[in-house]
Amino acid sequence: MREINVPALGLVLLVGVSGSGKSTFAARHFLPTQVVSSDFCRGLVADDENDQDATPDAFDVLNYIVAARLRRGLLTVVDATNVQRNARAELVRLAKAHDVLVDAIVLDVPEAVAIARNEARPDRAFGGHVVTRQQRDLRRSMKGLRREGFRKVHVLGPDEIDDVTIGRERSWNDRRDLTGPFDLVGDVHGCASELRTLLADLGWEVEYDEHGRAVGGRHPEGRTAVFVGDLVDRGPDTPGVLRLVMGMVAAGTALCVSGNHEAKLVRALRGADVRRTHGLAESLEQLAGESEEFRQAALGFMDGLISHYVLDGGRLVVAHAGLKEAYHGRASGRVRAFALYGDTTGETDEFGLPVRYPWAQEYRGSATVVYGHTPVPEAEWVNNTICLDTGVVFGGHLTALRYPSRELVQVPAERQWFEPVRPLAAPTADREATALDIEDVAGDRWHDTEFGGRVKVPAENAAAALEVMSRFAVDPRWLVYLPPTMAPAPTATVDDLLEHPAQAFADYAKAGVRAVVCEEKHMGSRAIAVLARDADGAERRFGVADGTTGAVHTRTGRAFFADRAVQAALVDRVRDAMAPLFDELDSDWLVLDCELLPWSAKARGLIEEQYAAVGTAALHALPALADVLATAGTRGLDVGALARRTDRRLANARAFRDAYVAYVRPTDGLDGVTLAPFQVLAAEGRLLAVEEPHPWHLERLGRLTSPLLTPTRHRHVDLSSAADRDAATRWWTELTGAGGEGMVVKPAHPVGRGVQPGLKVRGPEYLRIVYGPDYRDAVDELRNRNLARKRGLAEREHALGIEALRRFVAGEPLWRVHEAVFGVLALESEPVDPRL
Amino acid sequence: MLLTISTTHVPATDLGYLLHKHPDRVQEFRQSFGTATVLYPEATAERCTAALVLDVDPVRLARSRTRSPDFSLAQYVNDRSYAASSLLGVALADVFSTARAGICKSRQELADTPIPLELRIPVLPCRGGAEVAHRLFEPLGWSVEAEPIPLDDDLDWGDSRYVRLQLAGTVRLADALNQLHVLLPVLDESKHYWQAADEVDKLLRSGGSWLVDHPERELITRRYLGHSRRLAADALGRLAEIGDDPEAAFEPQPVVRPVALNVQRHDAVLAVLDELGARSIIDLGCGGGRLLQRLVERPALDRIAGVDVSSRSLRMAGRRLGMDRMGERQAARITLFQGALTYTDARFAGYDAAVLMEVVEHVDPERLPAFERVVFGRARPGAVVLTTPNSEYNDLYEGLVGPRHPDHRFEWTRAEFAAWCDRVCAEHGYTVEIRGIGDVDPDRGAPTQLGVFRRA
Repeated sequence: MREINVPALGLVLLVGVSGSGKSTFAARHFLPTQVVSSDFCRGLVADDENDQDATPDAFDVLNYIVAARLRRGLLTVVDATNVQRNARAELVRLAKAHDVLVDAIVLDVPEAVAIARNEARPDRAFGGHVVTRQQRDLRRSMKGLRREGFRKVHVLGPDEIDDVTIGRERSWNDRRDLTGPFDLVGDVHGCASELRTLLADLGWEVEYDEHGRAVGGRHPEGRTAVFVGDLVDRGPDTPGVLRLVMGMVAAGTALCVSGNHEAKLVRALRGADVRRTHGLAESLEQLAGESEEFRQAALGFMDGLISHYVLDGGRLVVAHAGLKEAYHGRASGRVRAFALYGDTTGETDEFGLPVRYPWAQEYRGSATVVYGHTPVPEAEWVNNTICLDTGVVFGGHLTALRYPSRELVQVPAERQWFEPVRPLAAPTADREATALDIEDVAGDRWHDTEFGGRVKVPAENAAAALEVMSRFAVDPRWLVYLPPTMAPAPTATVDDLLEHPAQAFADYAKAGVRAVVCEEKHMGSRAIAVLARDADGAERRFGVADGTTGAVHTRTGRAFFADRAVQAALVDRVRDAMAPLFDELDSDWLVLDCELLPWSAKARGLIEEQYAAVGTAALHALPALADVLATAGTRGLDVGALARRTDRRLANARAFRDAYVAYVRPTDGLDGVTLAPFQVLAAEGRLLAVEEPHPWHLERLGRLTSPLLTPTRHRHVDLSSAADRDAATRWWTELTGAGGEGMVVKPAHPVGRGVQPGLKVRGPEYLRIVYGPDYRDAVDELRNRNLARKRGLAEREHALGIEALRRFVAGEPLWRVHEAVFGVLALESEPVDPRL
Repeated sequence: MLLTISTTHVPATDLGYLLHKHPDRVQEFRQSFGTATVLYPEATAERCTAALVLDVDPVRLARSRTRSPDFSLAQYVNDRSYAASSLLGVALADVFSTARAGICKSRQELADTPIPLELRIPVLPCRGGAEVAHRLFEPLGWSVEAEPIPLDDDLDWGDSRYVRLQLAGTVRLADALNQLHVLLPVLDESKHYWQAADEVDKLLRSGGSWLVDHPERELITRRYLGHSRRLAADALGRLAEIGDDPEAAFEPQPVVRPVALNVQRHDAVLAVLDELGARSIIDLGCGGGRLLQRLVERPALDRIAGVDVSSRSLRMAGRRLGMDRMGERQAARITLFQGALTYTDARFAGYDAAVLMEVVEHVDPERLPAFERVVFGRARPGAVVLTTPNSEYNDLYEGLVGPRHPDHRFEWTRAEFAAWCDRVCAEHGYTVEIRGIGDVDPDRGAPTQLGVFRRA
């Protein structure tokens, strides 16, 4: 039996005349979805698989499908006659455009057999002359077929067609089977001594030959070293580096990709006329001192290096100059050029060096990309990519990245071995951390969240949020979290109450929650405080280098105070108040969930426009009406009912006025403003919102003493204890009776999807502000309110908010944090009864 | 909400005939938004007072699916239950429809005669302050008492938008009712949200006789018709026909207005675009599409794009350009899409020129680096035509305190603008030429600064 292999990721063209059995062959060896047939496409656009007039449209469709599949990295088989050179050329072009390999499988059957088969099929009424013509085209093609750009051309004779197995050959760069752990090493450039030191620091045992030359190494924990290329040139001992790495690669303890310097050295060693600049001369000189045997081995080694590897199930990609996502695992000249030289713009800078396009800024892939090539003062993560070339040969460092732990290990250069052409400074473009793209937020998006499953954010919501986010929100680097909306407890059914603790307790008990915490609901404005310990922390962790050290923003991401100086002073005050937490949590930064008090500090305009206006209108109109009715009453008119109703409404209006006045305190700038923190959302390395239960947060925050802080009174409730529940209910009644807004009930321990993160139980007097002065006379009507949508939003927004924080804590790129935060704001644009 | 109408005409109880409501009865009238009650707290031969009480239940109204006649009723917390809003005007027209028409079979002579009247409204929303109440009612022969109501009786929060109104005068009752019917919505903050063409008819029916000569007829017409310009023009035209001197209404305004600054800005930007010879132009921050409209008129342009962050603005721009009824060839030149200038966007790239007219000052200073990168770093148009206010010029605007627009995050002096331009050019490879738009002040320069950036 004949065995042939086709690329696991690539395009396969079946070539053969009509009736040669291509469809049967394809069905036997490939999945139905992998096969795109021209007949099928003709049927799609013409309702007739043999309508030759439809052929141009049919091939448009076919090419479109092929392109989409190749872009998505799927093996694709084209079932068409492909006997004409033009037809094949278009498909080969498609393969190249997607940087995949293309094979041809020629089914070579005798003309008579094909004609006989066609005659047996009633739908193929065309005559035998068509097959004859196709056969002639095929014969003519056979000679030059191999030169048309195919990786391989497999010709199967009549006997082989039914007796062949087709294997899938993965490409050389596909080493997804290797899962590490890895030690990735930056550009060595002949610095053999530093390399040995680095390997030793990493715990490698370097092996030496009888001449004391390092010729190999292995790690006792079975780690694999991966070299990002540019082992050679410039440095003092290129042969030493090569000898060591060649030994490690041969022994299977290391992988190495080609750098541009290897590629050039190979050409030089082969005798090509290349300019001996950029340290090539040093390499050639050093290699001249080695044996011919070593030189040949080194040449073979360097010549055989491939340009990138895909490792660890596709989660890690190594290429000398980096690689954009579309090229991962692909094979073509331009992929190799990108991997070796980077995304060059074709221009050169004032030092004569090529200007590179900042591809890493635009990188949005999930695979970590590790590379070197451009010397930088420090290895820095940019969108899940990192450059490890820290210029050891220029007197910088030799850097290794431990994977998957992401730990950086460095050894300093023993000296400056080579004079750099330009100073070692990162190009500014690579340091810009605010590189957010419209594609990061626009359109329908699905977000996978670790604690709340998959969350959809519809395009129209995103469109609505774009304006708010781009025009009013604080700098996205500070915006690492937005709080979810909160649903009220299911509607109460007793007395004239809309909300009551009993329903919140019952709701959580039903969801399987055993312990809850009841927190006083402060009537202020929700505030998220994002604080760096100092300007260094702000730069290191948030990438903000303008001296700003934090933000206190609203639930829609706006700064609290338009005046920058006031805003900055607020950040400073909050930081001072939180000072002990930085040390306790051993963190340079904190994110806190708080309420900023009083309500009037932020909502003065709303209170005057909306509430006080109505209150004063009521308190002036109703007494006048009462007078009129009283006078009418003295005339004996029957106005008793109207008078009683008017009295009641006047009492309601007074209660309404008292309700909003209670939340107004005089403030002047920050004077009079306090903050009630109730959760430490996150700190360095810790997603505290998920890791610690609410009691932990309240206890920690309760220990802080600062005049800025208003404590959050709270109670713990065991839901199975009637006494606990009753006591909490009494507490709520007292709180709200004394003018409190109400309370928030939260599961003591963090919960996943399907359980509300919190339920608010607002007091009956406070609800006058929401539903109007007279709402208690219409409670029957108001009970008919639909909470499902609000609850659904609360859950999804909670999942996204926590996911944003998780990503920030994990050090993921800004765009990953931002897309989740943006999702929260987008969902907030969903129309929901604002009174809930 | 409450309105009382008193008279001292003898016998005062004739008021009952004029209003067609018996002074000894309490009568209720259902309205779509509540209940109107008419009753007489006093009814003697010397003095008679009719009270119109309108009881609105906002909670039930907001929850009913039926269309409510007033937008603000969608909110549970609103003043409709207490203040004499446009709803009272509607109820009044309904309950006193015959009286309003000036018809009274038993006392027609009295109905045709001005009588001493006193109208009281305890809480009247008065847009523009008490002074407006004087301006509106005094020309109609009323002596007006309008006392502002404080926001809170106990706290020092200043005045609310309400006044306690008392009108006294000798006026025909039908006129008084019609005046209230028209002027209550005019004074109210929130006017009916529908604006059917028959609103004009209603206005003319109620206001025909006294509105023609009212010095504030333009204000009244405009406000009554909810600022719908088309309807207001129609109404004013028809009012002119009613009046004795139709010419007066059309008398050309003697004021020769200087060309508005925004028009000058458009002219200047268009001139620069011509100068640059740009054939493809993207208007970043196109708003409602005023500049796009002028760009579309130029056949020499191959591609025109309008970008705004607000989808509402984009819809407006689409309507202004008539995108939905534009020919295919014309439409193919024009693209409108949503985008934000702090997010890089591949769709911004590939234009000869980008226009940023009065946009940069709406970007927070700390977001400017992102803005610069999006426009100059990534979109990299051949030229950037950017305008922004010159803050030095602000002193010349009378009464202007602070920035020219509340959303301006900053306004640059000429030196600040020049410094910013120079830095952007150095970082992104552009050259700039700075000009001014508008009347130049010798010390403070032009009101608008214009930067013409060319890619080096």
